[in-house]
Amino acid sequence: MAKRYGMVIDINKCSGCYNCQLVCKDEHCGHDYPGYASPQPMTGQFWMRLIERERGTYPKVKVAYTPVLCMQCRDASCIKAAQNGAVYRRPDGIVIIDPIKAKGQKQIVSACPYRVIYWNEELQLPQKCTFCAHLLDDGWKEPRCVEVCPTGALIFGDLNDKNSEVSKLLASGEVLHPEYELKENITYLALPRKFIAGTVAYDDTDECACGVEVTIGSGGKTQITTTNNFGDFEFEGLPDNIEYTLTVKASHYKPLEIKVKTFKDIYTGVLKLVK
Amino acid sequence: MSEQILTQCTIGGAVRVHVEDGVITRIRPIIFDETDAPSWIIDARGKKFTPARKTSLNPYIVPERMRIYSENRIKYPYKRVDFDPDGNRNPQNRGKSGYERISWDTALDIVSKEIKRIHKKYGPAAITASTGSHHNWGLLFYRFGPFGRFFQQLGFSFLSDNPDSWEGWHWGATHAWGWYWKLGHCDNFDMLEEALKNTEQIVYWSVDPNTSAGGYCGQDSVPWRMWCRDLGIKGIFIDPWCNYTAATIGDKWIAPRPGTDAALAEAIAYVWIKEGTYDKWFVENKTLGFEEFEKHILGKDDGTPRTPGWAAEICDIPARDITALARQWAAKKTMLACGAMYGTAGACRGAYATEWARLMVFLIAMQGLGKPGVNVWGGAAMGAPVDWSFKMPGYSSAGFDAFALVAKKRAENKVKQKVYRLLLPETVMDPPKSWIGEGFCGQSLEQQFTQNISPEPGGSEIKMIYRHGGSYISTMTDTNRYVRMYQHPNLEFVVNQDCHWQSETRFADIILPASTNFEQSDISEWAAPGGYASNNTGCAHRVMIYQKKCIEPLWESKPDYDIYCELAKRIGFLDEFTEGNSREDWIRKIFDISSLPKYISYEDFKKKGYFVVPPPPSDYKRTVSNRWYYEGRTCDSPDPENPLLGTDKADKLGTYSGKIEFVSQSLLKHFPDDKERPPLAQYIPSWEGYNSELSQKYPLQLITPHVRFSYHTQHDNKSPWLNEIPGHRVIKDGYAWWTIRINPCDAESRSIKHGDIIKMYNDRGAILGVVQITERVRPGLVHSYQAGAKYDPLEPGKPGSIDKGGCTNLLTPSRMLSKNVPGMASNSCLVEITKWEV
Repeated sequence: MAKRYGMVIDINKCSGCYNCQLVCKDEHCGHDYPGYASPQPMTGQFWMRLIERERGTYPKVKVAYTPVLCMQCRDASCIKAAQNGAVYRRPDGIVIIDPIKAKGQKQIVSACPYRVIYWNEELQLPQKCTFCAHLLDDGWKEPRCVEVCPTGALIFGDLNDKNSEVSKLLASGEVLHPEYELKENITYLALPRKFIAGTVAYDDTDECACGVEVTIGSGGKTQITTTNNFGDFEFEGLPDNIEYTLTVKASHYKPLEIKVKTFKDIYTGVLKLVK
Repeated sequence: MSEQILTQCTIGGAVRVHVEDGVITRIRPIIFDETDAPSWIIDARGKKFTPARKTSLNPYIVPERMRIYSENRIKYPYKRVDFDPDGNRNPQNRGKSGYERISWDTALDIVSKEIKRIHKKYGPAAITASTGSHHNWGLLFYRFGPFGRFFQQLGFSFLSDNPDSWEGWHWGATHAWGWYWKLGHCDNFDMLEEALKNTEQIVYWSVDPNTSAGGYCGQDSVPWRMWCRDLGIKGIFIDPWCNYTAATIGDKWIAPRPGTDAALAEAIAYVWIKEGTYDKWFVENKTLGFEEFEKHILGKDDGTPRTPGWAAEICDIPARDITALARQWAAKKTMLACGAMYGTAGACRGAYATEWARLMVFLIAMQGLGKPGVNVWGGAAMGAPVDWSFKMPGYSSAGFDAFALVAKKRAENKVKQKVYRLLLPETVMDPPKSWIGEGFCGQSLEQQFTQNISPEPGGSEIKMIYRHGGSYISTMTDTNRYVRMYQHPNLEFVVNQDCHWQSETRFADIILPASTNFEQSDISEWAAPGGYASNNTGCAHRVMIYQKKCIEPLWESKPDYDIYCELAKRIGFLDEFTEGNSREDWIRKIFDISSLPKYISYEDFKKKGYFVVPPPPSDYKRTVSNRWYYEGRTCDSPDPENPLLGTDKADKLGTYSGKIEFVSQSLLKHFPDDKERPPLAQYIPSWEGYNSELSQKYPLQLITPHVRFSYHTQHDNKSPWLNEIPGHRVIKDGYAWWTIRINPCDAESRSIKHGDIIKMYNDRGAILGVVQITERVRPGLVHSYQAGAKYDPLEPGKPGSIDKGGCTNLLTPSRMLSKNVPGMASNSCLVEITKWEV
């Protein structure tokens, strides 16, 4: 059976080393692959781009990394925006911008809501990730970014092979922006969302309040956790822009209630329980 | 079009190199094939763990192609325009004047004549020479081969390096637990399996292994720490800044003020003593001097009990967090992820850092060092099950002459006089200078107590410096000192031999262009320096590399070995230098003394380019580090450097008593009255810390850890792709600025906004950089990496000029750790910042 390529990106395994972003440049900067891609400019384009986002406030901070590349959409808006069939999908699912036919077609750049198509001013050409199609056609097993990832955060393979790792994982992943409705062939595991975290301490003893019940509720749904030995609690993976009522309960102390909204990741600071 | 795929090795991973028509086109990891040895499988807690079947690369290695072809390569031999060896030398213009291209013959003639002139006039001790780590990689032809053998045969004042990455461990921890042959770190065998099976928590104290454990080993150990996280092993990070490992896999971040870690350690010990939650059997049987320590911690010696409340004031951490940390540590089987080679970072490079390192040893001793699940595990980055019976030397295995591994005659330096690297400027400008102890030594504890002076009586002042790769500027402290040194009339001649224009190349009289290791052949094991680092690895596989010459030397550059051969010929010891060996002869001889011939022919090794050492059989005898000590057995570590093996002290540690010493017997004997490194380790307030008098003028504490996207100065400023990583440099107005990180509260009080160009300064100097406002640094802290390789003074050649390039070490103090401890204390540094652009 013919191959159909896809990728799953496991954010949990990304340590933010930037190897993927860098190696794309090793493959494409100054290198011409006729029929696939003209050379990428030495700087300024990121066919594979690592987005670094800081989450939380001191001293509860995390950094989330999200590698972003062409999503190889099945309903690709760039294909629709192109004239003369300058952008096309290969039978294996890879979307290619024809480096000759696409010359001068700047509208292709802005057609992509993911903003992963770049304008090459010198060549007057829209350019993007090719999944290293020139290498796959030459017998390589995976694109350069996948090969150089030290942790296996990028999982690449044949979606038509039901036993491939990527096939097994793709369904449990989610696309970066489902609202675009583009039928992306790249999905993510453990995408960073929002957290609500905090620390609970007893006001009278100034000790960490361990094992205390913390609840967040919104729209009738609640989640419960207990504080750890540092009195810390954390609700991870919450949706954006939702207001929650956060309640802390410990026997012999007055319950505490605050309202928080997930415009951003929330660290409540130290919540002091009083008797 | 002809494509070759060759094999090479770098400081951050073994690589495949694609070459088309004589040009390097791709740098890739080595992907193992089915004919390579299988990988190990660790069975732990019902799961199987096995490494990826490839080498892993550090980020700064991925753009290696750009570094090789960088515009910053030194392309030709040069002479400073106003340097005339037969007339006016104009030393005051070093760093200011331009250069003119000269022929190799002219350059080599000048250098060899100057060497001969200085030998004749002042004696060989008037020359010193220095190299850095690691602008190239290779066993034979990188540094201790060509550089080390040449200068030892020539005779020169040996430039003694301080152990700049782990000062406190060398100068402190050795006096608590021995391990002097590993310069203060313990060995780390079979630790990965041990942790996956038995450990419940890892305390990463002042370490960022995702950044610095890959110093040699690529990123092989990054997945190991993720495995630990996925098994529910807690990761506690203690660091003033939320480092890259903490930010991705940390469960808890505790941020003491820089220089106060020892106080935090004392308070943890206080909780354990008060609550009786330490290993009393271990303390009683395996340590010495605990009563003194207990007395001190409880305040019975000075009336100040080291309570969490006491430490909270100093560290600026809530006392309840300290208590909680101490209790959780005592309750869980915990690895301390510092104290072995790949677990080294900030806290050991500050004022009195000896005390912190010794206290780390005390804490892990109090929990039973070597007990199942309880140990020292460097960066959680070492000790995969690899086969150490397979022999392969490293570049430092034969000392400072790598060729001595196979040469008929080892090079012996006839000059006994030494210079201490951190005192080089003063030794040149204002001799004599004295210091105590040796840095890279490893033969005994007493080496730390030697009295040294340079010049020695009857010796010679330093008149010539030969710089081979690397840069003091931006790596050593208060580096305006080196600017002054280079311009001093005492210094008659300066040579700089390197692949790239580094920060101080422009201070040389003659510049010699060297080739990278991609332009010459060599042999090596990935990540194996040998010597004090023997059988230490953070790699999942042992990989032997035939480093094949990929391209011809670029421009007019020459391999270092060829340059030194030319000089040896002119000076008259070429035969002694080469012993008639060709480059290939040397490589073949190393192959022959390794275990490689048991597995593969030389021809096949050369053809394939690498060899993966088979893992030991699954039932091999584990030798978990320190377990022998806990169980009272003879040391069974496969550590070839351990001098106690085979002696009647083989069941002891390397301290005087053979035990872990709360009260150091070696310090008690040699420096009984030293208040700055007392026999009993303790927190001593920093001479440049948060509450020093100087903090009135310079209220912010600067830390300068090892840089994430370069290895020292070797990769920065050579590839434009690294400058596009926002954590490395930030491009603004077309210039790639160094990043300086501050907390929002410190930015707000100074009206500084994210992305502003700011000036960071103190009495020692000033640098410019782009500010990143981040919650990842604690209030009052400035984080900016060391080793920016772009010294770019606004007034070239003027000592103290504002530096646009971001060499943070212009600001760090030259004062040493303490009176008798000549290590660098770069993380004891107070600064102020202000907005620079209008």
